[in-house]
Amino acid sequence: MSDVVEKTLTALPGLFDSQTGAAKITNRLRQLVKSITELTSKHEEENLIKQELCAMKEQVSSPNTSMKQMREIMVRAMYCEMLGYDASFTYIHAIKLAQQGGVLEKRVGYLAVSLFLNEGHELLLLLVNTVLKDLQSTNLIEACMALTVVAQVFPKDMIPAVLPLVEDKLSHPKEIIRRKAVLALYKFYLIAPNQVQHIHGKFRKALSDRDPGVMASSLHIYLQLIRESPDSYKDLTGSFVTILKQVLGGKLPVDFNYHSVPAPWLQIQLLRILSLLGKEDQSTSELMYEVLDESLRRAEMNHNITYAILYECVKAVYTIHPKVELLEKAARCIGNFVLSPKINLKYLGLKALTYVVQHDAKLALQHQMTIIECLDHSDFTIKRETLELLFRITNAQNVTVIVEKMLDFLRGCNDEHTIIHLVGKVSELAEKFAPDNSWFIQTMNCVFSIGGDLLQQDVPNNFLRLLAEGSESKEEDDQLRLYAVESYLTVLKGHTSHLPQCFLQVMSWVLGEYAHLQGSVDRREVIRLLTQLLDQRSVSSETRVWILSALTKIPEGQTDLILHLAERLSSSQDTVLRQQAQELLHLSQDSQLHEWVLPRGAPWDAIEVDSSLSFLDGFVSEALAAGAAPYKPPHQRQEELCEDRALNLEPYSFSLPVSLSSCSITDRQSPTLLSVSSGLSGNSTELSQKAGSSTLILEGVKRVWGKDGYLPQKEATAPLVDEPSAAVQPPVQQEAAERTEPRPELSTRNQDKQQLASSLFVGLGVGSSVSLLGRSEAPPPRFRKKPRPHESSSSGTSEKSSGSSCRSSHHTTDIFLYGSFLEEEPATSKSAFDHTPKSTTANGLSQNKDTKEDKHANTSQIFGGDMVIVRPSTIQDKHPPSESSDLTALLPADLKDLPHSDVISLTSDPSLSLSSCRLFRDEALLLLIFISNCTETVIKDVAVQLTCEELKTASLRGNIVDCLEARSTSVCHYALLMDDPHTNVSFTGTVSYQTQPGHTNTLPFSGTLSTADFIRPLVLTTEEYGKLWLSLSHDVKQNLKLLTDAGDPLRTTLNALKDALQLHVVDIIGSEGIVACRLLSGAPCLLHCRVSGAALVMWLRSPHPALPDCILYHCQRALAHR
Amino acid sequence: MQFMLLFSRQGKLRLQKWYVPLCDKEKKKITRELVQTVLARKPKMCSFLEWRDLKIVYKRYASLYFCCAIEDQDNELITLEIIHRYVELLDKYFGSVCELDIIFNFEKAYFILDEFLLGGEAQETSKKNVLKAIEQADLLQENLDFQICLLPAPT
Repeated sequence: MSDVVEKTLTALPGLFDSQTGAAKITNRLRQLVKSITELTSKHEEENLIKQELCAMKEQVSSPNTSMKQMREIMVRAMYCEMLGYDASFTYIHAIKLAQQGGVLEKRVGYLAVSLFLNEGHELLLLLVNTVLKDLQSTNLIEACMALTVVAQVFPKDMIPAVLPLVEDKLSHPKEIIRRKAVLALYKFYLIAPNQVQHIHGKFRKALSDRDPGVMASSLHIYLQLIRESPDSYKDLTGSFVTILKQVLGGKLPVDFNYHSVPAPWLQIQLLRILSLLGKEDQSTSELMYEVLDESLRRAEMNHNITYAILYECVKAVYTIHPKVELLEKAARCIGNFVLSPKINLKYLGLKALTYVVQHDAKLALQHQMTIIECLDHSDFTIKRETLELLFRITNAQNVTVIVEKMLDFLRGCNDEHTIIHLVGKVSELAEKFAPDNSWFIQTMNCVFSIGGDLLQQDVPNNFLRLLAEGSESKEEDDQLRLYAVESYLTVLKGHTSHLPQCFLQVMSWVLGEYAHLQGSVDRREVIRLLTQLLDQRSVSSETRVWILSALTKIPEGQTDLILHLAERLSSSQDTVLRQQAQELLHLSQDSQLHEWVLPRGAPWDAIEVDSSLSFLDGFVSEALAAGAAPYKPPHQRQEELCEDRALNLEPYSFSLPVSLSSCSITDRQSPTLLSVSSGLSGNSTELSQKAGSSTLILEGVKRVWGKDGYLPQKEATAPLVDEPSAAVQPPVQQEAAERTEPRPELSTRNQDKQQLASSLFVGLGVGSSVSLLGRSEAPPPRFRKKPRPHESSSSGTSEKSSGSSCRSSHHTTDIFLYGSFLEEEPATSKSAFDHTPKSTTANGLSQNKDTKEDKHANTSQIFGGDMVIVRPSTIQDKHPPSESSDLTALLPADLKDLPHSDVISLTSDPSLSLSSCRLFRDEALLLLIFISNCTETVIKDVAVQLTCEELKTASLRGNIVDCLEARSTSVCHYALLMDDPHTNVSFTGTVSYQTQPGHTNTLPFSGTLSTADFIRPLVLTTEEYGKLWLSLSHDVKQNLKLLTDAGDPLRTTLNALKDALQLHVVDIIGSEGIVACRLLSGAPCLLHCRVSGAALVMWLRSPHPALPDCILYHCQRALAHR
Repeated sequence: MQFMLLFSRQGKLRLQKWYVPLCDKEKKKITRELVQTVLARKPKMCSFLEWRDLKIVYKRYASLYFCCAIEDQDNELITLEIIHRYVELLDKYFGSVCELDIIFNFEKAYFILDEFLLGGEAQETSKKNVLKAIEQADLLQENLDFQICLLPAPT
């Protein structure tokens, strides 16, 4: 009814000057909206809103304003905020309205609060009491409103206050309350997972709720939980399968149907959960084959919603342990998507293909024509997704075409994020698959000029590292460098003002380092070109530093030019430039010194850095004697800052004129500065003696101390961080040429497209490197010998034509092979590792070649000639217990005594298997990755690359192994540091290797580490503890479960925690205990535990704000899992 | 879901719901950028858009654009249907809804959205249940209004 009334009112404004509340509310808003629409300019609108806001301000501060009027004001305030004007003066009144108003006002008040205030807003604290009151209200609507607001905005610190009440609502008789309570808990879980850990049991109850709405809501929580640790919820697989079956069977009330599809949202949620559970787990996957099959079958109606389900289903089928029939059905479904005339479906089809080609690259072959059409599609989104797909199927043979397509797209693109994203991919492909030097350099030139200064810093860094480190053959490296020099000289001779800074930096570095390789070019010419850049206005001061560094490396004999330049710059405004000009001057005048500081053509890793900075000792002691303050590491300074908050000491750290700029440069770990500074720092004392000027001393200091403290330490480790995969590969043109022959059997479409197709999809066929299920990158040894290179290419083309019929048979063989391989694994590892515990030393394999050879002979004797016996697999235990015990024997001798975890298997494919082990060193966590060659042949160029955003790699070794003998294992060490605590961090990585020359295979792996791995005991006396406790600021308090199963509950509990988390129990006095630990050798965390009734009250303090939360989380877990 | 925006063909914002905490400046920037990008797209193009590290799913109903931001692993099609269901709910509630209904009763549109999506996740997908919840709250409002309307009469 009210709608009708309101609509009439719109039609006849002003006719009814009605007194009713509802009408009044809408009237004022209506007037506002109306007058705004009548305005013609933005300026008028601003004025009007300003007036309106002034009037509102007056009204809200007047004591006579009734709640009802307030409600009306609030609606207008929301409207003004939506238009983008600031109505923050009403925020506090929104809270008041929610607190004091009747149900109607409350509703608007809560809405205003949820729209106005963010999670972190301080005013939200004032809402807590209101929420508490309403949660206890018997009025259903009030309780609903309170739960709604709790699930949207609620301060994290206040969760414990409302948690018990929300928990109680889980058993409320009304389903709407239960549903909202579940979602509120979901929200709590997202923002503070450790706070709701104890109620996981109640989630299970919600999952089996009689109301489908409540059950569906609980799936949000489960999806999140299972995403984090799938292993803990495998037991629920059966329940999820049953629920999905019931949904498919139409057992839910008809209300939940959407366009006659039963509960599609629920179905999708369940499919996602199942795919997470079935991932890499055959027995769990088997439970769900049937229901997935039914899901695929049922979704046949031609409506968006069925496609949404199908898409999720296809993803699930390809994520879980593969089953041939399902894969075939799913592949057909993808066809329906891709071939659909509807553009949204086409997009999703491409997305599905992108996902699926990682498992089966040949699927892309079927749809090559569609893919090519999509490549020229007018819609930006479609084009981009197609490129994403092409990126996944790139190999050494089609790389030039695909990269060309990507660069074409990039040239016409102006979206920053897309450019950064795609340019990164192009450079990745170029490094991986470059067919020759000139192509590589030219592609990288495009990358730098297109990506420009948006590029992520690691792209130029990687590129320069690649040039600098080179591969085994010096000749090839020099050719690449020479080509780069030539190409850059050409670029610099042209227009340079539009070039991005980053490109200029790369060019100047390369010219500085390698211009001498080019015999025919006059040095003067190079110097002239670089000097020209210095004069350009558009060149940033950072780039100038790079250019000057390059010039420093070139001279020899060109002193007149250099002197002129140095003199000119020595009066520059920029202190860094001025300083560099000084260096340049000194070095160019003393060629002996120059040769020593910047040795020409010295091997990359031969530069030694005196990381202890011993040469500075004299300087430091002199300074200390003169009254300078002793150096304090950053975290200590931070602590002092916290202690004394009244004084802001921050600006002083910038007062050193050079620290800022030098930091920004050295932080990037640019190779240039590395070579310059390492040379300089090694010689700075001598330099200073010679020059006798204070600038030079300062210079030594400048590079050593940065904002973050000890810079050279960081640099010292830098050369160790090897860039894996010697990326530029020997040309494979010949093979490529053979393969690019157009295939006659392709349909008679447009000639161009056909050609494009053949060049794009080359190498995806049967004889190629990318193969089924993404597991066996190279065929197992037995099959490798058969096809000769030229045979394989010809048979490849003919087999491609027979298409899909062929595919299925390959499927099965591969699965069989894979199965049998797995079965063999335990035996393999035993024979390979049993007898040589000392086989792998710290430096990898090279020293133990002999023992390896023995072993090799040994294994082949055991297995005889016929290693790979194809037989159907019965059990597929991926992690045979024998393996781990054997691998621990491979721990390097110097690390044997460290406490370590069990060896767990990370991943494997038919050629390699990877396991990892954690070693707890005081100052770092050592992650050891065991790379075992499971084949009978030598695997070459094994390179491990590990990424983890949250952790820092302090050092690594053994991540590149040139040659991994058959049946042997190599160990790769990563020393990891955690600066900011995270409850759990996951790492991902890839191992690339070559089983035969030219075919690089990659094997991805991933794993998780917990903060517990980074916690070390902190040994303190009780007094020291007391002092430290008082100085710490961030604290957290929480009640924990007390273990009461044995004698002294406090002692038992603390010991349990000690075992799980490597804590140091400082003292136990009566019912209180104090415990200390630290994050590696960094921030300490003190724990104070007191027994109170049946609970353990734990109070944590640390200088680091996030550390107590993390430790608390792990304490809870440790106690819960007992 | 990260956020939902409703805006007109002229680029005027009609409704905004943020499920991730962002500062006002950022919200304004995102809104401005997205409205521009979405309005620039041609009708035949697909309803999805990669934007920053998010996916934008949008659909136009008469003069109004509905636009949601989801994460990369989310399902675009089902998001499209979430939008559609929300429109169905509005339609049922207002009775063949038009842009004006949403302008003048935007707080009601918010109430409906809050019953349908909570914290960025689908809360209740049954149309009947959502509307029942809204009607209950509305009924209360009308009753009270009715009383207030009657109260001054005797005096």
